[in-house]
Amino acid sequence: MSHLLEARGLRARYGNTRVLHGIDLDVDEGKVTTLLGANGAGKTTTLRALCRLMVQTSGTVTLAGSKIDALSTEQIARLGVGHVPDGRGTFMGLTTEENLRLGVSSRNNRVGADEDMARIYGYFPRLAERKRQQAGTLSGGEQQMLAIGRALMGRPRLLLLDEPSFGLAPLVVKDIFNIMRRINKEEGVSILLVEQNARLALDLADSAYLLETGRVVLSGSAADMRNNDAVRRAYLGE
Amino acid sequence: MNQPNKTNHSPLPGGIAARQANGNTAAGLSWRWILLLLALAVGLAFVAKGYHLFQATMVLAYAIALLGLNILTGYNGQISLGHGAFFALGAYVAAILMEHAGAPYWATVPAAGVFCLVVGYLFGLPALKLEGLYLALATFALGVAMPQLLKYKHLEAWTGGVRGIVLMKPDAPFGLPLTQDQWLYLFALLVMLVMFVIAHNLLQSGSGRAMRAIRDHAMAAEAMGVDNRHYKSMSFGVSAAYTGVGGALSAIAVQFVSPDSFTLFLSISLLVGIVVGGVGTLWGAFFGALFIMFVPNLAEKVSKAAPWAVYGVVLIAIMFVMPGGVMGLLRKLKERRSHRAG
Amino acid sequence: MDEFLHQLVAGLATGGIYASVALALVMIYQATHHINFAQGEMAMFSTFLAWALMQAGLPYWGAFALTVVISFVLAAVIEFVVIRPMHKAPELSVVVVFIGLLVIFHSLAGWLFGYTIKQFPSPFPSNAWYGSELMSAHQVGAILVALVMVALLFSFFSFTPIGLALRAAAQNAPSSRLVGINVGRMLMLGWGLAGAIGSVAGMMVAPVVFLDPNMMTGVLIYAFAGALIGGIDNPVGAVLGGFIVGVLENLIGTYVVGTELKLSVALVLIVGVLIVRPSGLLGRKIVTRV
Repeated sequence: MSHLLEARGLRARYGNTRVLHGIDLDVDEGKVTTLLGANGAGKTTTLRALCRLMVQTSGTVTLAGSKIDALSTEQIARLGVGHVPDGRGTFMGLTTEENLRLGVSSRNNRVGADEDMARIYGYFPRLAERKRQQAGTLSGGEQQMLAIGRALMGRPRLLLLDEPSFGLAPLVVKDIFNIMRRINKEEGVSILLVEQNARLALDLADSAYLLETGRVVLSGSAADMRNNDAVRRAYLGE
Repeated sequence: MNQPNKTNHSPLPGGIAARQANGNTAAGLSWRWILLLLALAVGLAFVAKGYHLFQATMVLAYAIALLGLNILTGYNGQISLGHGAFFALGAYVAAILMEHAGAPYWATVPAAGVFCLVVGYLFGLPALKLEGLYLALATFALGVAMPQLLKYKHLEAWTGGVRGIVLMKPDAPFGLPLTQDQWLYLFALLVMLVMFVIAHNLLQSGSGRAMRAIRDHAMAAEAMGVDNRHYKSMSFGVSAAYTGVGGALSAIAVQFVSPDSFTLFLSISLLVGIVVGGVGTLWGAFFGALFIMFVPNLAEKVSKAAPWAVYGVVLIAIMFVMPGGVMGLLRKLKERRSHRAG
Repeated sequence: MDEFLHQLVAGLATGGIYASVALALVMIYQATHHINFAQGEMAMFSTFLAWALMQAGLPYWGAFALTVVISFVLAAVIEFVVIRPMHKAPELSVVVVFIGLLVIFHSLAGWLFGYTIKQFPSPFPSNAWYGSELMSAHQVGAILVALVMVALLFSFFSFTPIGLALRAAAQNAPSSRLVGINVGRMLMLGWGLAGAIGSVAGMMVAPVVFLDPNMMTGVLIYAFAGALIGGIDNPVGAVLGGFIVGVLENLIGTYVVGTELKLSVALVLIVGVLIVRPSGLLGRKIVTRV
């Protein structure tokens, strides 16, 4: 059985600092996979390494069977990988609508872009209210929605989400996670989710990996992870 | 035992953020080396001929001016494209005092400094509402306007208009057996020393830390209680004072001031000087001064037809090879050596 | 009153030149967040190229078109070869590189084409119907050209996907990559457009002030001021600012102080405007939540 995304021996460094020491990771089509771990474990770096953004990488990465580890970030985006980066990556000086429109850049044609935008506004009505507002003035939660919306505009096969709950109020986070569930179930978008909030993540995910200082120390189905003693103690507070 | 470098979020190349605990100065030079350099510098007065001494004096004057610009840009993070104006003001203050008030040359130097301090502070007050590019434009305007102002016919009685003012070179005091050029050079060296020490102490002090805090993260600095407006204006004033002192020295050395000696190109040269020397460093001022003094002449030797094209290529090449200036390069080399040793 | 009108109109005409160069400045700023201090010299160099082409026998519009294309390519190449490698360098070092470019272009022009003043033809015949006592045909034409360029650029930036991509790439390169934008290509495009615009501006100025290597040195200051007054991130603002500066310069020079001080006073006024309204008249204030 081949996976949508396969990484083997993924290593990454920032300059002389090595952060990932050989990660093996799979994401299955139509499923949600989550990457857990404490601060500094290398979760964000893993997502960046998959997209070859800001890090030097080595190792193999294949997307739907073809190798992508030698491609540029924008080429990978064009293959249908939507990356919602940590910090949201909002285009502060542009309007909400312009931010969304930029999401279409990774597609080969813009057919249906308006319908896509309407759908995104359906998921996130708050964004519709702030269509022409400068994106930098949006609240944290709204910017997170905007970042997800922007990635969705590209009609991705695989959505990479970096700590969507970061800095957000619990109610807002619940909202966002519900929408991610809908996106996964209704549109069949595969998701690789990096999260510090292990409980929420394991609730949503089908499979999980636990990262510690740049290595995978545990992997399996989300259910197994939830029942693992070590995980429960360290990450679920039980 | 070196302390680790703090990460620097400013748009400028790494400043001297690390303070070393092993008895070295901030630039990492032991006192022995500094005394040696000083001895060499003094010795130069007796080895070099008249014209070369004049050039050396000009290098010192430029170095002081560059110290000034560096205090503003390197340590406080504000850009000035018009510091030539303060150089001009210092020069003219010296000239006018000597010509119209019969003041002795050595008094004109501190007078120029004080005058420029006040003017710089006053200019800084409104100008500092502007950020980045906008401040660059305002200082640009200052740099462009100064020659025009100096030529203004209603000020001619003082400034000598387009023709400028001619000055007399001073003799060595107390009947010392030194030529005028030698004395002037030593005088400039003395002034340079004093200014350098003041700058060093200023930047290591609380005020210096406040200035750098403003450079690195103005909002955080304000939140921590730093009065941004006051510090920024003071930086401007101090930096103008330094550049004015440099200007005064240059006027005495050249024995002549005229509006066309202080065009926008001077302001640009000063900026080039601090970048080539190393922004945010004090020692970089020397390298920068050497660059602006000698490279244009060298460029002419390379190509009579298009000397400035050569100059431009050299500039770009230097930025490619050492964007942190000479000091940046030296620091990198030192790090590499200590990595290999450690 | 007649005299005033005359000065006003002359101000608009020079303003049109400033507006065009300001447009090129805004163009590069929007694409790269850098101010191209070499913009004036590049425009002057392009104008010399056009002159050389015409000397070689090309008719005006042929030389015009070819020059615009060559300027586009030349600017794009400069971005790739000189500016791009510096993208990790500190801001001030990049400024020095621009100064280096400025000096190189100026010197090359003098070396290749000489310092003697040359005549440069205008495409707008002096007896055209739209010329008058008040404003020569060329002045009308130059203003129209500036307005057309800004209209095109404004539409380009606001309504086309590539224009949006260009703005995005300048603001936030990593995020742009994540949505599939090739940032390098956008930078070259921005520079190329600026080079083209600059060349047009140069070819509009040359008939009036005659062609020599010093032609654009003064213009750059005014263009810079105009771009900032109008708002450095706004093409319409740049053009508006250029016109304002042109008019101010002329009126001040005529009525307030003599021509010697008009530069200083005009600039001081401009700075005053900026103190009151730092983002310029039409610039967008970028507000960021801390």
